[in-house]
Amino acid sequence: MAGLKIDPAKCTRCLLCVQQCPFQALDLLEDQIVVNANCKMCQICMRNCPVQAISLETLQRKEIDKSQYQGVLVYIEHDGEKIHPVSLELIGKALELMKSTNQKVCALMIGDQIKELAQELLWTGVERVYLYDDPALGAFRADCYTEVFADCIEKMKPSVCLVGATTTGRSLAPRVAVRFRTGLTADCTQLKMRENTDLVQIRPAFGGNIMAQIINAHCRPQFATVRYKVMSAAARLQQPQGMIEIGQVTEAMRHSGMVVLERIHQPTENSIEEAEVLVVAGQGVRDQKTLEQIRKLADLLHGSVAFTRPMVEKGWGTVYQQIGLSGRTVKPKLIITCGVSGAIQFTAGMKNSELIVAINKDPQAPIFKLAHVAIVDDVAELLPRLIAELKEESGCLEN
Amino acid sequence: MKILVCIKQVPDTQKVQVDPETGVLIREGIETKMNPYDLIALETGMQILKKMGGTLDVLTMGPPAAEEVLMEAFALGANEAWLMSDRRFAGADVLATSYTLAQGIQAMGKEFDLILCGKQTIDGDTAQVGPAIAEVLEIPHVSWVKKIESVSKTSLIVQQEQMDVLARIEVSLPCLLTVEKGIVQPRLPSYIKKRMADRKMIHWMTLDQCPDRDPKRYGLNGSATQVERMFEPEASAEAVQWEKSSGENAALLADLLKKKKFIQGGNDHGRIED
Repeated sequence: MAGLKIDPAKCTRCLLCVQQCPFQALDLLEDQIVVNANCKMCQICMRNCPVQAISLETLQRKEIDKSQYQGVLVYIEHDGEKIHPVSLELIGKALELMKSTNQKVCALMIGDQIKELAQELLWTGVERVYLYDDPALGAFRADCYTEVFADCIEKMKPSVCLVGATTTGRSLAPRVAVRFRTGLTADCTQLKMRENTDLVQIRPAFGGNIMAQIINAHCRPQFATVRYKVMSAAARLQQPQGMIEIGQVTEAMRHSGMVVLERIHQPTENSIEEAEVLVVAGQGVRDQKTLEQIRKLADLLHGSVAFTRPMVEKGWGTVYQQIGLSGRTVKPKLIITCGVSGAIQFTAGMKNSELIVAINKDPQAPIFKLAHVAIVDDVAELLPRLIAELKEESGCLEN
Repeated sequence: MKILVCIKQVPDTQKVQVDPETGVLIREGIETKMNPYDLIALETGMQILKKMGGTLDVLTMGPPAAEEVLMEAFALGANEAWLMSDRRFAGADVLATSYTLAQGIQAMGKEFDLILCGKQTIDGDTAQVGPAIAEVLEIPHVSWVKKIESVSKTSLIVQQEQMDVLARIEVSLPCLLTVEKGIVQPRLPSYIKKRMADRKMIHWMTLDQCPDRDPKRYGLNGSATQVERMFEPEASAEAVQWEKSSGENAALLADLLKKKKFIQGGNDHGRIED
């Protein structure tokens, strides 16, 4: 059985491991340290044990031939008319990952009458676009799209599959990964490639203020989802290159337990993902008056207002205005956080912003570790003064 | 209609931090609770039950203490509760977790019409286990369902938001749904139901009850991913800190915003100089 083994002969019962375990997975029972079911195998205890009494026992795994799997396959999300920018960002990242290994980057596109759209991808630097174009594949359905994705993987045998962490991407990637009995890491914020083609995936872990570095050393392909605005898009080439390969659409790929009855285009609200300037209200914003100040500041800066999760849960803002792992990821030119403490749940959704200004009363607030400009102040005191200064400058005299 | 709701016990704290001096994890609070999104899945199930009749079971995987969330589920109206608890399940990633839960569902021997999950957990935040269970069970799924329009004995009509499109989808049963936050308002636990609930009503399952008893498919052994290390996110390099009076802070920030041309709304936004 796999798991942590604690050697009672070496163990000095110093209890350092019990104290350090972030998951309360170690107990002292009858003078023995025992591991309980909370264990997430983070191995912090193992690394920090002063007498090396803790070891990891794993079953011998069948080694796979990693050279059989090469390159990166990027799943292209689109609405029939335009490609979602997250897909172009993933191609950009994939090209960067493959630079050192000289392996190929390919794209997978599924839909109905999307050949022209697929041509667009030839300007990005992908070697091949696998195109599955069929009237039955017009609307996204996770089950039949899984069939298509699986077929494409069999053809290309990629080492890595990258999928945008959109509603549909998050629905599709787990199904395909499970079908290949392989690992999937959600919402990666950094990706790196090792020489042996193991993908190093970094993401915020366990809802805490901590990052995890994850690998998928025994399985291929390696699946990762990445959110919009985390990576940088591929630059447009001078001229198109690569080719489109038409995939054969079979009956199995057309078969689905779902029928899309209707697709209603909704007017996009002022999306916080597109805003160049964001002013964020956190729990340090305690009254409507201060919130009004935040709106004013956002207006002055031609930006939008956003919120942290607790604020949305209290009903101050909508989920569309929420930044963080359970909300949106943003990468504006300027973000001003007001009374935001900076839990990783939140910072994971905005840490790539170009200029981060944080205002918080508490000098110990974790947000200050991330901020380019850290202002230790009460937002309710600072904002009216700031707005007055800015109005004076822009010659705006009305209220 | 036979409904199953998958729930998870999560830590009631967002505060796992690393001590900057020793590099050691500081844990605060050991309180646990039901994943708040699962409460919404449970309520969704209860409302469908009200219309269609039938039974609602809940399933969780976790340490023995996860009994607590099952007791809570009883208080909210669940008929039966199942706990998959086995040290051999520990260290499971999405692949092993979804496989274990799917095995548990098969071991229960009920032909569920509908499996409901919350949109994601607040401790993992991956939103992957629901769709992964559907794949193992080979049933269709729709994730992040915003509204259930109608329910019949053979299918559901649901709404899902995809970027700027609202899709209306008819999905045939059996199927799995993960539900969005706003879909229903969770109810408060009933004290009568809570009093009637008894720990003995919980069905326990270990690996030995699963149809597939190969330990290589469960826990750490059955996981594809390995956590290599955990670390604190690095601090920003070029930070400045102001700790002056509000008036001075405001003047400094106003100057900066002007210098960076944010106040005119132009496109010439530069980086902060050292």
